[in-house]
Amino acid sequence: MTDVFFYIFSTVALAAGIGVVLSRNTVNGAMFLIGTFLSMAAIFVLLEAYFLAVIQVLVYAGAVMVLFLFIIMLLDVRESAAKKTSVYTWVASVIGLAILIVGTASIVSADSIKTKAAALPEPSGASLKPFGYELFTTYLLPMQVTGFLLLIAMIGVIALSKKLNTDGSAK
Amino acid sequence: MSIVIKRKPLTLMEKLYLPEIARGLSTTFRKLWEKPVTLEYPEQRPTIPEGYRGVPTLVKDPEGREKCVSCQLCEFVCPPKAIRITPGSIPEDSDYAHVEKAPQEFDIDMLRCIYCGMCQEVCPEEAIWLQNQFSMSGYTRGEMVNNKEKLYELGGTLPDEHFKWRKKKESAEKGGGHH
Amino acid sequence: MEFNPIIVKFVYAAIVVVVIMTLCAYAVLAERKISSWIQGRVGPNRTALPIIGGIPLLGPFLTRLGIFQPLPDGLKFLFKEDVVPGHVNKVYFIMAPILSLVPALTTVAVVPFGQFVTKTGEVIPLVLANVNVGLLFLFAVSSLGVYGVVLAGWSSNSKYPFLGGIRASAQMISYELAMGVSVLPVLLWVNAPGKEGTMNLFDIAQAQNGFWFAMWMPLSAIIFLVCLFAETNRLPFDMAESETELVSGFHTEYSSFKFGLFFVGEYAHMIIGSCVFTLLFLGGWNPLPFVTLETLGMDKGILGAALSVGIFLGKMCAMMFLFMWVRWTLPRFRYDQVMRLGWSILLPLSIANLIAYALIIFYLDTAL
Ligand code: SF4
Ligand code: SF4
Repeated sequence: MTDVFFYIFSTVALAAGIGVVLSRNTVNGAMFLIGTFLSMAAIFVLLEAYFLAVIQVLVYAGAVMVLFLFIIMLLDVRESAAKKTSVYTWVASVIGLAILIVGTASIVSADSIKTKAAALPEPSGASLKPFGYELFTTYLLPMQVTGFLLLIAMIGVIALSKKLNTDGSAK
Repeated sequence: MSIVIKRKPLTLMEKLYLPEIARGLSTTFRKLWEKPVTLEYPEQRPTIPEGYRGVPTLVKDPEGREKCVSCQLCEFVCPPKAIRITPGSIPEDSDYAHVEKAPQEFDIDMLRCIYCGMCQEVCPEEAIWLQNQFSMSGYTRGEMVNNKEKLYELGGTLPDEHFKWRKKKESAEKGGGHH
Repeated sequence: MEFNPIIVKFVYAAIVVVVIMTLCAYAVLAERKISSWIQGRVGPNRTALPIIGGIPLLGPFLTRLGIFQPLPDGLKFLFKEDVVPGHVNKVYFIMAPILSLVPALTTVAVVPFGQFVTKTGEVIPLVLANVNVGLLFLFAVSSLGVYGVVLAGWSSNSKYPFLGGIRASAQMISYELAMGVSVLPVLLWVNAPGKEGTMNLFDIAQAQNGFWFAMWMPLSAIIFLVCLFAETNRLPFDMAESETELVSGFHTEYSSFKFGLFFVGEYAHMIIGSCVFTLLFLGGWNPLPFVTLETLGMDKGILGAALSVGIFLGKMCAMMFLFMWVRWTLPRFRYDQVMRLGWSILLPLSIANLIAYALIIFYLDTAL
């Protein structure tokens, strides 16, 4: 039963992911992305990581994508009529493809990523306490780093939207 | 010269907003229990004030004579051209043959009428009156045109004991001039 | 007799959905009646069913109350012509009403509506799915409801729905934050050290056998309530609809059944919102602060279960009344006022509130 669900949801996730890349209409793309997030949440549920699943829906599908849609609508992005692909696009796609190949190869070939069962943390399921303790002890550094990255992004956005002069004063 | 009217600065309580909401809520809560002020229309009817200008109608005098002499003044004055009159003559053997004319057809299109009351104002015979009737409805355009019968049915009788035409006839028979 | 548990669940789910739909229908009636009473009108008072309406005294009384009105209301939605304008994006146009109703009905699954105490004193929650992350699940799924509004606005391909959709999305993002932060003190208290960690709505309701959370966390309750109004798009926050400026906002182009879905969706959201507020802040099915059904000695068996459900529904109806009462009292905010209230008043206030309660709870935990 679980296997069947896993295959269903992973297929949906992959199909929707491909849809994101291929769709020319930005709103379609956003909707596909939501589909991906939702099916990933379903896979989390199958892994008994209920908390993660719910957070996935709450944060990504519920908030981030609403923001995406908001921006798409506000900017009124039209269907991009077959633009000439720039050099950056080529470089980015080559790098992306390379990463994809490396990743797939490493999963398929090597045993190295198979962690010993004992080393895996207990599936915390829905209980939040172990989750919280882990987050603020073992994984404190990654969390802080992520937060710092987000802070940088935020300051960047503020700087961009304020349109500062070269000397730093606001226009 | 522009006048700037200063708004009264809000007090702290008003700025907090919630107390003001509570005040508003209490007002509406009191309203909740008050008797409705509306009429339940088909059963309860409003009292029509005096001088109300409802649907224009034709009236007869107390003897049952139709007062309209189809002079067509109302047809001319009617701003939206709602009135359509076909004049006819009064038969020789009638008591009122000397009036000479009466409407053969008299249609008022209520989809056009704007209830201005000009027809009532202009009528030399006081034959057309805007009365209390206020609700006109129908399923077709045709139904919304009031013909002569309908107009007399709506209008009824004007209790005016003046009888101008009878007096005219009498004075003419006595050989006198007008009146 | 043995039943397949999945089938039993389906039957329960169907029952709950039917109940919610009926509640929605009568919520619409209540809205119409309350609005008319507040405005000094009579409201719907004509529709009568042939047989029940014919009973002397009772029949006319029910007819005057408009009890039979929801039926023709619903039929009207079903049988009117369903217009799909030529300029819309058909797929999303049809998807949008479904998207706005489905999340509301999904969240019902985790909302407990009563308790059943067996003879041995075992407490069984009356809920479709008693999941541990109940509250988060509820927030997560109900936040998906905004897609219905946004997509409706976008796919209608005309300016008023579009503006409505944009406003709805902006408002949603702004108030979800404050809403989430404002319930954190409640969760802090329920999950305080030494207690079993939980986000289960049933446990949260059960934890209010003494003070109700609305009493000792009034600020949280108020912020949550305001955000609830915003999230359900109710006046004074009905930016998405605002019929005086945007015709009728996101559902301007909708007619008949699709419009009916939006309509029911709004009321379903309100009902769920009222349930959640009752569970989080108004003590769930505890009749009075410090008085539980257990202290009254009326918690056992079917009677106790019925009583708990009744109390819960009563509180929920009171909340629904509040929703409507506020709607017919307050004028709508301007859009910029909505944004300012959300970002520069409610959010800082809720964060300050969180910090204050974190300190208080820490003090209570360490000192006592
Ligand atoms: S009331 Fe005015 S519009 Fe109506 S018939 Fe008389 S003159 Fe015409
Ligand atoms: S109603 Fe009066 S104004 Fe009109 S045609 Fe008759 S007499 Fe003349």
